[in-house]
Amino acid sequence: MTSSSSLSASSSFPQSSTSSVAAARKSIRAGQVLLLLGLVALAAHYVRAIEFTPVEATQGMAQKIFYVHVPSAWSAFLAYGIVGVCSALFLWLGDRRLDLFAEASAEVGTVLTFMVLTTGPLWGKPIWGTWWQWEVRLTSTLFLFFLMVGYLTLRRSIYDPLERARYSAVVGILGAMLVPFIHLSVYMFRTIHPKPVILKPEGPTLPGSMLSTLLEGVAIMTVVYLGLVLIRYGIGRLQEEKEARHAAAG
Amino acid sequence: MAALVLSALILVIFNFARDPTVIRAQDLAPAALWVTITFAATTALNRAFAVELDHGALDGLLLAPVGREAIYLGKLLGNLVFTGVVQAITIPLFVLFFNLDLHGTLPAILLLAFLATVGFTAVGTVFSALTMRVQFAELMLPVLLLPFMVPPLIGAAQVTSKLLAGRPLADSAGWLQILATYDIVFVTLSILVFPAVLDE
Repeated sequence: MTSSSSLSASSSFPQSSTSSVAAARKSIRAGQVLLLLGLVALAAHYVRAIEFTPVEATQGMAQKIFYVHVPSAWSAFLAYGIVGVCSALFLWLGDRRLDLFAEASAEVGTVLTFMVLTTGPLWGKPIWGTWWQWEVRLTSTLFLFFLMVGYLTLRRSIYDPLERARYSAVVGILGAMLVPFIHLSVYMFRTIHPKPVILKPEGPTLPGSMLSTLLEGVAIMTVVYLGLVLIRYGIGRLQEEKEARHAAAG
Repeated sequence: MAALVLSALILVIFNFARDPTVIRAQDLAPAALWVTITFAATTALNRAFAVELDHGALDGLLLAPVGREAIYLGKLLGNLVFTGVVQAITIPLFVLFFNLDLHGTLPAILLLAFLATVGFTAVGTVFSALTMRVQFAELMLPVLLLPFMVPPLIGAAQVTSKLLAGRPLADSAGWLQILATYDIVFVTLSILVFPAVLDE
């Protein structure tokens, strides 16, 4: 699209439309800043994790992947939680922005879940002696991935934006409720995953230097997640604007 | 009818998909039963709302002076009856093909079948209404629904193998609680979200 035609189209549009384009651009810019900060911090985080954090006694260097794996898993579950919350709020309030935010979060969450599912087996091979185990968190994450892919596939097969928003909100809410059940039932099935070292009743057992590196990773991954989501959300709003314009013109 | 033939066929295929010298029929039985019921139920759910699209029957339903919740509960009940019929035919076939003795455990298996079916049929009924007007509905429904079948499927298969090993139902109280919670949560949620699927 040439800039002159887009300009004339937007100027012929009501005020709300141009301000919404401005809001979308703002969201993308904020996302780019956050993403840049996050990526720089992530590079520093790798250096710290590899060079300046003690090597784990029994697992050796393989344990280093923990500082990427756990933060991505945290952000992936956060992403799906946000899809669920935005979906529920959308059905309640009917604000289209909530739907677009849920979509952005689901897309970024899919990438993060994929990162968890690739870093996990990379670690599992040297430590467990096998790439894959039907273990509780592994399996829950796999189903998280399937749920996200299903959610996004559904979105792509509905053309009407309002219908798409309502249907995907229903799937988002039900899916978010499913995750704890999958977790519980696979847990009762069997488990060999390392026991949690942070979130457990008697407090963290991880040595302080490793714990701070891990928490730093979690914070950085959250920033990366937010950056990506804001960019994707802004793009979603621009797309929506463009579709609305096409509909108005044709 | 097609769902019944399908479940009989899956059971037969399962029996031939094992090496009889290595795996005893009883060891495979719980998996065969629940995978069969899962697929038969998905097939049935695919048609649940599609039939309402013909001749504008759905519009008639929506015009009727009843709440969307009532339409949902009616549909859910219909689907449960249908899945129940499939199970009523699958379980005897299962006993026959896998040469099992269910004497004494049959009431427990039936209770289990009920608990394991209600929750995912509730979600499946919502998804069936949602996918009927979506492209590739026959593909979309299983893609969305199969993850929801995981908790009931794991529970049902675990409890079935315990029952077939001669252990009392009380040994599986934990699983039965999970299945019942799953049913309550998803029936309630489905009733709440269903109106959003039918809004025009």
